Order: sequence, then structure tokens, then C-alpha cells
Amino acid sequence: MISQSAFRHALTDAGQPVPETLVDGAGRPAGRRFSVYRNNVAVSLSEALETGFPAVAALLGAANFARVAARFLRQHPPGSPLLMTWGGQFPAFLEGLDELDTMPWLPDVARSDLAMRRAYHAADAAPIEPAELLALDEEALERARVTLAPAVQLIASRWPLAEIRSYALGETPERPSSGAQDIVVTRPEFDPVVSALPERGHAFALALKAGMPLGAAVTQCGAGFDPAPTLALLLGQGAITGLIS
Amino acid sequence: MSNKLKTVALLGAVATAVTLSAQTVQAQAKEKCFGVALAGQNDCAAGPGTTCAGTAKVDYQGNAWKLVDAGTCMEMELPAMADGSARMGSLEALDRDLPAS
Repeated sequence: MISQSAFRHALTDAGQPVPETLVDGAGRPAGRRFSVYRNNVAVSLSEALETGFPAVAALLGAANFARVAARFLRQHPPGSPLLMTWGGQFPAFLEGLDELDTMPWLPDVARSDLAMRRAYHAADAAPIEPAELLALDEEALERARVTLAPAVQLIASRWPLAEIRSYALGETPERPSSGAQDIVVTRPEFDPVVSALPERGHAFALALKAGMPLGAAVTQCGAGFDPAPTLALLLGQGAITGLIS
Repeated sequence: MSNKLKTVALLGAVATAVTLSAQTVQAQAKEKCFGVALAGQNDCAAGPGTTCAGTAKVDYQGNAWKLVDAGTCMEMELPAMADGSARMGSLEALDRDLPAS
């Protein structure tokens, strides 16, 4: 007999010996067959990670990504049978790798890959008609709160994140050249979309998401903040799904 | 006073945002285009013989649709039919290129 935890421990670490008590139906030791199984588990998880983090994989290259994935899957094996939820710790894991110091934007790229996946699996929500906002007068607008779609994901970054993504995924040949770029992931139809947020748009959208009234959300973004570009972006992407006035 | 100014600005900003967003929405509007998707590449709901996304059995299957940018469905260039006649996308389901049942 072998305990679940001993089996699992040996399964994710190729340095561990084959559990001696592991036998087949005829009582023969598992031997090298266990190594084959162990290798298959690692390879399939590595491939799942690559599918889940396409921009990171593109920036690292297949060989480097496989090396990084091999370490990640041993430190953070899936905690659930739903592989679509696996990889939440990958951005923080990348942050801790010294050999990736030359690519300090990589953890944020991983966060954006993760946000795309979460947006894809998020619940549906019908957007409001933008014109509903026009029915409100100044005071009502000031007090109004909006609900953002479950798919909406906000990421603040010190790097030109939207441009790095586009470049990594081959959507544009232009190398990233902007300064810091915060992004929002929305899902206007069926597929998630990344958009760069206008200046201070991240703080504004975050406040809206937290349920802050429109007036207060604008005020806390500081003097001279224009909410129009961010609101237009959210409305245009079908990201505003409720209006509480 | 300053508070008053801010609310006026908010009203204006919201009006601008609604106008801007209408343009984005228009640019993004999609239409269901029948008969243009490659096998396995259709979006949802394809009628008898297929059930949902990715189930089109043959290229350009007439009863399978794909979401395309609004206004482009009829203009899309597709390879000619076997008999040499032009193959076109349609906003309605077509009875050409159906999988053999």
C-alpha cells in the first residue's frame, strides 16, 4: 500500500525514487512504468501551462518556457482537477526567478494572460444601453453607481503592457515604445479583448468596480481627471452591465 | 462653487463618453455570416448535422455561421464552387456545402 500523499510527492519530483510499495494488479513493482507515468504528467501540465500563458511562452521561447514550467508544476501542482483554473501563482513565481531579472515585465505579461483566461470563463452579463446614462441629470449622475461585467479584469503595470502583449503575440511588428500602460480586459462578444487604459483610468475603473458613486470616483482620481475616455472604453466594450441611480 | 463646476464637467464627460462609445460599438458590430467558415471553425448554432461552435463538418458549410465584422459578410472572397460559379457568404442559412448525411 502507498499513501496518497507519498504517491503525489513522488509524482511531481523526478528526483524521488519510485515508491517501492507501488505494485500492479499481479503484485509486481511499478518500476520504470512509474517514471513513464511521471513524465507524462509533467509534460501534459507543461503543455497546459503553455496554452494558458501564450504571451509569456512567446517571449520566453518554447525551450525556456518548458524549463520554467517544469519547476513551476513541481512547486505548484494543480490544486483542482479543473486545469482551466491552474496557474494563479505563476506570475508571482516568475517574479521570484533570478534568471528572469532581464525581463522584469514578464510577471505582468503573465498576469495579463491569466486575466484573459479568467475573462473567457467569467459569467455572461448583458451590457446597459449607453444612452441610459444620458437620462440622468447632474446630481443623479454624481450619485449613480455602475456594475462592471464579471469578465472585466484590471491590471496596473509599470511597463507598456498592452504593447508588449501585441508584440509578443505577433499582432504588430512594432516594438513596445510607450511608458507605463495599465490595461483592462473585457469580453464584448465571446472573446476577451485587451485595451490600454487612458491616464488614471485604472484608478477610476477600480473605484467603479468597487461600487463607488460616479462623482466620488472622478474626484478621487485628482484634479483635471477626465473620465470620458475610460467611460467610453468601458461602454464601447460592453463592460458596464448595471446602472444604479 | 467648485463642486458645481465638477458636476457640470461630469455631465459633459458622460455625454462625450456615450458618443465615443457609440462609434466603437458601430466599428465592432458583428453579423452572423453563413457559408464562410472552414470546417471546425464555425461559431455557434449550425442547424441539422451540427450543433454548436466548431462542429461544421465541411469548409464553407452553408448552414454554419461565423461572426464577422458587420457589412463584410457578402463581400468576403471565397473560393469558387466546384462548378465554377461564385461562392458567397449569406446572412441567411444556405443549402449549399452541407455535410453528406
